[in-house]
Amino acid sequence: MNRDNSLAVLVLIAVIIFVPLVSGSAYVITIGVFSGINALIAIGLCILMGYAGQVSLGQAGFYGIGAYVSATLTHHYGLPVPLCVAAAMIVSAFAAVILAVPSLRLKGHYLAVATLSFGEIINIALNEWGPGGPSGFGDIPTFNILDFIFDTTTSYFYLVWGCVVLVLLFSFNFINSRTGRALRALHGSELASRAMGLDVTALKIKVFVISAAYASLAGSLYAHYVTFISPSSFTLFYSILVLMMVVIGGITNLWGGVVGAILITILPELLRSFEEFDVLVYGLILTLSLMFLRRGLVPLLIEKIKQLRGPLIARD
Amino acid sequence: MLAINTIGKSFGGLIALNNVSFRVDGGSISALIGPNGAGKTTLLNIISGIFPPDIGKISFSGTTISDLPATKIARAGISRTFQQVELFGDMTVLENVMVGRYSRTRSGFISSGLRLPFVRKEERETRDRSLGILDYIGLRSRKDELASNLPLGEQRILEIGRALATEPGLLLLDEPAAGLNIRETRSLGEMIVRLRNEKKITILLVEHDMDLVMRISDRIAVLNFGEVIADGTPLEVQKNQAVISAYLGTEE
Ligand SMILES: Nc1ncnc2c1ncn2[C@@H]1O[C@H](COP(=O)(O)OP(=O)(O)O)[C@@H](O)[C@H]1O
Ligand SMILES: [Mg+2]
Repeated sequence: MNRDNSLAVLVLIAVIIFVPLVSGSAYVITIGVFSGINALIAIGLCILMGYAGQVSLGQAGFYGIGAYVSATLTHHYGLPVPLCVAAAMIVSAFAAVILAVPSLRLKGHYLAVATLSFGEIINIALNEWGPGGPSGFGDIPTFNILDFIFDTTTSYFYLVWGCVVLVLLFSFNFINSRTGRALRALHGSELASRAMGLDVTALKIKVFVISAAYASLAGSLYAHYVTFISPSSFTLFYSILVLMMVVIGGITNLWGGVVGAILITILPELLRSFEEFDVLVYGLILTLSLMFLRRGLVPLLIEKIKQLRGPLIARD
Repeated sequence: MLAINTIGKSFGGLIALNNVSFRVDGGSISALIGPNGAGKTTLLNIISGIFPPDIGKISFSGTTISDLPATKIARAGISRTFQQVELFGDMTVLENVMVGRYSRTRSGFISSGLRLPFVRKEERETRDRSLGILDYIGLRSRKDELASNLPLGEQRILEIGRALATEPGLLLLDEPAAGLNIRETRSLGEMIVRLRNEKKITILLVEHDMDLVMRISDRIAVLNFGEVIADGTPLEVQKNQAVISAYLGTEE
């Protein structure tokens, strides 16, 4: 991990600690919880798109598996929550392999359609066979580790954002190592990658698995927070929303996922004052940012900071 | 070391290679020459497993490789450069070479994510060896530059460096002097000879620069319209009537 990213993680940790201290409002912290959940899934999609050059419109499928598997296991069988969250990640990982093996032969639009279909199949399956069918089920236990129950919004905020920090550290670690270099190489030239002995297919499958595991973790954290889930939370609409987050934040940088997730989560809340026009304004803002922020917010900011830093260094 | 046996390949109706056979001896610098479109790059692509031949067989150090995927062939010890430079453009010079170490290292996603002790050690070794290679090819001072920002001459050298990182026994060079000036071509030639002499790497060189080819090659095979029309020492090939009329007469 390079110095700038370490510094950024420290800043993030400081912000995480201070937000609940400064803001007494449960409303703000709740939005913070959802931002964190969305950040987890967005980081996974960032890695998939920005570093491996693959697209997915099926992240809601893994998000749904994460939510349903750990909710069902804890609710019906009374197993410890962390164990069930891990089990859900493993189930999602298997689902990712099954999806990846046939669809990674596909490129661009075809891959998008294949992953989209996967998400829809999961959604149909949840409607048909999920506990409670289309109306879902409740009484899902709150997240707890042994005796400690995360039953306040603030404690859940720390839990979720703690996970975001760990996932970021884990991700930065493997991106700045053999496997991460291989992913970027793959993105740069598949021909040269093959000639250098990179196992291209295996790498692509593994990235898919990682993005699925992150989405699954996000889904589990969601289920154990709201304690009631139904298939309507795990639709194509959500997959597209996650795509929006990473595109607006910037796919070439993991921080893009985090920033995009926060913005997209907060935006509808800020637009409340527009009342019945909020959907319209929301759509307008998304469209404009997609048009004018081609590379995403974070890469743009980094460029601006470098430009500002440049003359400073030159002056010294 | 490398035995190419009756290789054939066509693209649609176009016969790119027809009944091609020749050998590359271990420790030699062998050249493959021929006019544009003769099928040289196609043959390198088949040797390195980018695509399989239609018919025929290639064996490397006694084992058949023509049915293996590129990844396995690279691991078996064959590496290459490309006629159209194929560097990882938005990665640094050092990172490009480090990618070359991929097949000789083993940290995976999870062990790297957790920064396990063996991963740190391996990462240090990868970096040290790659810096060593940059020293060897004279690009150390450029290590943090983006590969796409290098001039063409250095890009071609960097491709060789990246290939060296895989620890090849056989190195395939596809027109490494294309686009280089006389001075650059000369030092490229010296480097190729050093690779063979110091690192004991066998070289198969595809090249249009006849000066370079005649000066450093032990053997030369000549390809014309997908067929081998001559195969011998530089002297023999230069005197060969078929070569003179088919190649040297028409080209350049
Ligand atoms: N992937 C490909 N698909 C179709 N035709 C190809 C392909 N690669 C090479 N060819 C054709 O095969 C012939 C040999 O090309 P090539 O091997 O690149 O020649 P050389 O490297 O000797 O200049 C050419 O006519 C070229 O157009
Ligand atoms: Mg060629």
